[in-house]
Amino acid sequence: MNLSGILKRLVLTGLVFFGAATLNFFLPRLSGGDPIAERLAQLGDSGGTMSAEALSAMIASYNERFGLDLPIWEQYLNYLWDMMRLDFGYSIAYFPTRVWTLIGQALPWTIGLMVTTTLIAFLAGSFLGAFAVWRRNAVTGTLMPLMMVFAAVPFYLVGLLLIFFLGYQLRWFPTGGGFSPLVLPSWDLDFAFNVLYHASLPAASIVLSSIGIWALAMRGMMVTVAGQDYMTFARARGLSDRRMFFSYGIRNAMLPQVTTLGLALGQVVTGAILVEIVFSYPGLGNLLLQAVRGADHFTVYGIVMILVLTICFVTLVLDLVYPLLDPRVRLGAP
Amino acid sequence: MTEGHASAGGPLPECPRPEAHIVTLGTTPAHERRFQARLLGYCRRNPAFPIGLGILGFLVAFAGLGRLLWPVELAQPLSSTPYMAPNVENPFGTDTQGRDVLAVTIAGTWLTMRTGIIAAALGTALGSALGFASGYFGGWVDNVVNWIVDVLLTVPAILILVVIAASIPGQLSSLSMAFIISLLAWRRPTRQVRSQVLVMRNMGYVDMARLSGMSGFEIIVRELVPNLLPYLVAVFVLAVSASILAAVGLQAMGLGPQNEPTLGMTVYWMMYYSAFLQGMWWWIVPPVFVIILLFVGFYMLSSGLDEFANPRLRQDRR
Repeated sequence: MNLSGILKRLVLTGLVFFGAATLNFFLPRLSGGDPIAERLAQLGDSGGTMSAEALSAMIASYNERFGLDLPIWEQYLNYLWDMMRLDFGYSIAYFPTRVWTLIGQALPWTIGLMVTTTLIAFLAGSFLGAFAVWRRNAVTGTLMPLMMVFAAVPFYLVGLLLIFFLGYQLRWFPTGGGFSPLVLPSWDLDFAFNVLYHASLPAASIVLSSIGIWALAMRGMMVTVAGQDYMTFARARGLSDRRMFFSYGIRNAMLPQVTTLGLALGQVVTGAILVEIVFSYPGLGNLLLQAVRGADHFTVYGIVMILVLTICFVTLVLDLVYPLLDPRVRLGAP
Repeated sequence: MTEGHASAGGPLPECPRPEAHIVTLGTTPAHERRFQARLLGYCRRNPAFPIGLGILGFLVAFAGLGRLLWPVELAQPLSSTPYMAPNVENPFGTDTQGRDVLAVTIAGTWLTMRTGIIAAALGTALGSALGFASGYFGGWVDNVVNWIVDVLLTVPAILILVVIAASIPGQLSSLSMAFIISLLAWRRPTRQVRSQVLVMRNMGYVDMARLSGMSGFEIIVRELVPNLLPYLVAVFVLAVSASILAAVGLQAMGLGPQNEPTLGMTVYWMMYYSAFLQGMWWWIVPPVFVIILLFVGFYMLSSGLDEFANPRLRQDRR
């Protein structure tokens, strides 16, 4: 990755953002669906709990938001400007609430779950993949194909299996939710344990099915590293097996794993979103499900936009950081 | 560049027909016994291939024979007594809406595979066309295609599909879902085919064809496509798996045909009616098991096809 590569990545990020915003703007118009009208129809079905003032306020905000009296290109530019400020407007389902408020409530859960599980899977998978090359025996020989099969199955299906066996049959773990329904959120140890207890099954399903991604990539790297001359030399110098494995093997094979992280990021993010749906975990995934069910288009667009931006941003950061981590790849090098 | 090359090279008096070359590179129509021996040898070297084929064959048989042997109309709501545990009349039990779970699983396997195959066929066809064109001709075509694929590949398909599926008013059918998914299913085939064509277009027999006066289009159709056929098969298998992944994911979120018993919609309904809390294990296990088998089968098949598909690996083994 050189400077023009970074520049290309920046332009790509811009194009992705622009494309996503454009899609969000034009799709509802092309498909002829009217989110507000759909919402009104839904309210009519369910008996309606929204007062007349709230309704007219909502329609007014909708008109004001899209400036429906303006020509379409001006509406479009306004929309792009709103998106650039990450202003997703109001939720249709919970009208006076802004989409950002909803996302803000859900985001910590998603980030917590995703970062922890990715870290665990990354470390464990890398170690296992390297170890499978280092010690070829019956255990690693059966473990690797097993992990790869798990990696082929979407995270949420592994989640459904875990709910069934550990949650429903053995009743070891709760089957869903972020914390017990009767517990009030507070900053104490009890609540922290409660949250961890509820997070264990969703986390386990993400770790189980993503560990193979890292193990597979690491195994490929480790095979190359193990055949290098410096490994033979290290053995000739009489270094301990342990030292060779960690300081010479893993250390050299680990860095390209950052690239794997960049490649697998989309898979990890969407996988985690669906896991949240299966476990009704109070993160973005569940919010997305609620928004889809309630025809809450603005919230759907907002969540998708946030996820797209996150993926673009993390990929960009990885591209920038990688040359710093790996002295073999320097910025500006040909 | 390609056209200029042909004339600049001058006429070659004895130009062997490029087809002669293909026969030695591609899979030769060998004697039947030799073919069996080679197939056996291939399976021994790539055990994932027969396993994957076996799993998928089992599922096809299950869906195909199941439709003949079991009344799939029972997959409609209210066709049986709801909340029934497995019994003689409903071997897999029934769900909260009175669908027979065995019929749902049979019909769902069928619908889900059909969705995946239609979407992947469209995606692979469009993707190969784009990949061949951009890889062979290069220039601005290549640049434009490459940039579009780059932009689209940055975002996971399912996120874009959520926006599209959520914006479409009214009911989705499993067929229209296949078309929606095919809107994005061409990205990876384009990338994969393009990278192969970039390597192939500088090979001897392509130069030879060019010198013998074939047009670019002819070279693609008569030289590159036949040689890449095994690779295209592997690309297609991967695309089917990815399309099914997208379809089941969308449906599990409720963005699917509400009145068709696809596997993904079944996952959605079982979560909607909290089948776990009601202890309806018979509703959960069969569809989830079939979806897992589908993905494992496709994964095995595509990793088993590696040697067959990768021209470099294939030549080394000969």
